[in-house]
Amino acid sequence: MAFRCELRFAGVGGQGNILAGAIIAETAIIYEHRFATQVPTYTSQVRGGPTKADVIISDQSIEFPEATHLDFLLALDQRTYDMYKGDLKNHAVVLVDDNLVRVSAQERETWDIYEFPMIRTAKYEVGNVLTANILAVGMTVELTKVVDKEHVRKILHTRIRPALLEVNMKAFDLGLQAARSLQLQKLQQHAGTTTLLGHLVPAQDSSFVRDSASPR
Amino acid sequence: MADVQIMNGNQLIVEAALLAGCRFYAGYPITPSSEIPELLARRMPEVGGIFMQLEDEIASIIAAAAASYAGYKSMTASSGPGISLKQEGIGMACMMELPLVIVDVMRGGPSTGLPTRASQSDYMQARWGTHGDHMIIAVAPGTLLECYTQTIRAFNMAERYRTPVIILSDATLAHLSSGVTLPPPDTLEIVDRRQPTVEPENYRPYEISATNPVPPLPNRENFPRYRFHMTGLNKDATGFPTENATTVLADENRMINKIMDATADIESFEHYQLEDAQVAVIAYGSNANAARVAIKEARAQGLKVGMFRPITVWPFPFQQVMELGRKFKHIIVSEMNLGQMIHEVQRALQGRSELHCVLQAAGTPIRPQQILQKIREVSA
Repeated sequence: MAFRCELRFAGVGGQGNILAGAIIAETAIIYEHRFATQVPTYTSQVRGGPTKADVIISDQSIEFPEATHLDFLLALDQRTYDMYKGDLKNHAVVLVDDNLVRVSAQERETWDIYEFPMIRTAKYEVGNVLTANILAVGMTVELTKVVDKEHVRKILHTRIRPALLEVNMKAFDLGLQAARSLQLQKLQQHAGTTTLLGHLVPAQDSSFVRDSASPR
Repeated sequence: MADVQIMNGNQLIVEAALLAGCRFYAGYPITPSSEIPELLARRMPEVGGIFMQLEDEIASIIAAAAASYAGYKSMTASSGPGISLKQEGIGMACMMELPLVIVDVMRGGPSTGLPTRASQSDYMQARWGTHGDHMIIAVAPGTLLECYTQTIRAFNMAERYRTPVIILSDATLAHLSSGVTLPPPDTLEIVDRRQPTVEPENYRPYEISATNPVPPLPNRENFPRYRFHMTGLNKDATGFPTENATTVLADENRMINKIMDATADIESFEHYQLEDAQVAVIAYGSNANAARVAIKEARAQGLKVGMFRPITVWPFPFQQVMELGRKFKHIIVSEMNLGQMIHEVQRALQGRSELHCVLQAAGTPIRPQQILQKIREVSA
């Protein structure tokens, strides 16, 4: 079976979604020797307009670069989520910032939804709100395994200015951990028990599980 | 994948232009072409060339034409509304017979339209945007690699035929990033304008030989030794104005025929799975990629479909399309506008085939499924 994965990074201009997509695509091309395309779309508004980057990764050459059957969607904005979720396949992985995006009950049935306050975590835990996109890259990589996280680290070294590298690496690591925590939570909910999970998922820092009292 | 580089369509146009010998760029930034001046502002000084950002689109095309007059391989880039402003200058370059490459990264319109969205609505503007009888060459790259190879070809044809050449890119190709393996430079043909062999005092800028309708034009090295006149007025061999009817008619015809008689060199197209096909799709530029996916899907469903893809879109491949009309009962034209090339196709088919279309001017690319659906309807 040929490998093909379609990902979409959606939000509003200024959040860094296009860079997030570019990092995943570049990792696939440079370090995993796969075909990958990244095609951004944005509006004529400088900031605040709906923005997305479509990334396709395949072991065959990609003829048409717009994603039409999404395996993964990152959404950091409600309007953009509503605009671009229509291309999702059933059971696709959806990652949203739950301070910004509301997901319906029916959508929870259709897609594999992960909710995490990425922007707030970037601001308060990482210390720089601009790293939210890199935190999202970390979560994307952990949730989809579409590229190897060590390869992403190498791309981050080439893509990010040295002065900002450390803080972005921290965001990336927090993203990886947050995604693992959410996956653990899901497994626990599905299994209804925690006893079998020790060998499946490494021990986690549960501080990333969203506090239900957090501001929305 | 050896030597794979990650680049977008605009970056590839820049690198190809520099390789082709472009050493002058004048422009005024406009989405979705802005990466071209952004990158050239850095790259041009590195290769000893000149980059100018001017006050507007009109000044830019005039400066680019003037640099060509002074012997430089020269380029400007813009998008729909900016190309509209440049049209008078493009006509001037046609009349003066100046080699010049104009990149039009198409976006939605008319007017400010959809600045960041993909479109192919400048197809007719490329041909008929400037006034007066004239011929133009326009190429529409369909892939990232073609953004590179067709830009080099555009410079070669501009130099060989002393004419403006338009590159019709679009927002999708411009901003699509992927891994590209560039052909080794020594495998690429680079054409330079033919140089005058007469003494400078005997040089006349529009004097042709019996065998070549394209007069020689001094390059950068020779330009300082040659003094000659050019004008937007109809001219004679000296470059000075004339209203002599015989001279004007001969010159107008020569300017068109120097291109039309060279179609063997200028024409370029792709036949994709046409051999056993029963339905033909005609598409160009980035939209042809949607058609290609649709054709693969249709063939998987047992429908015999192929594609004719013009790469040189102007002059229109009239003969090629006429022949498609002899072979195919059904022809589907797809373009990201509300119907432009389809008129040329209709003219060439002369009613032989039933013509269908998948047109869209919504700012979003046409999806393979839309073309597939039309293929199914037509094949049923």
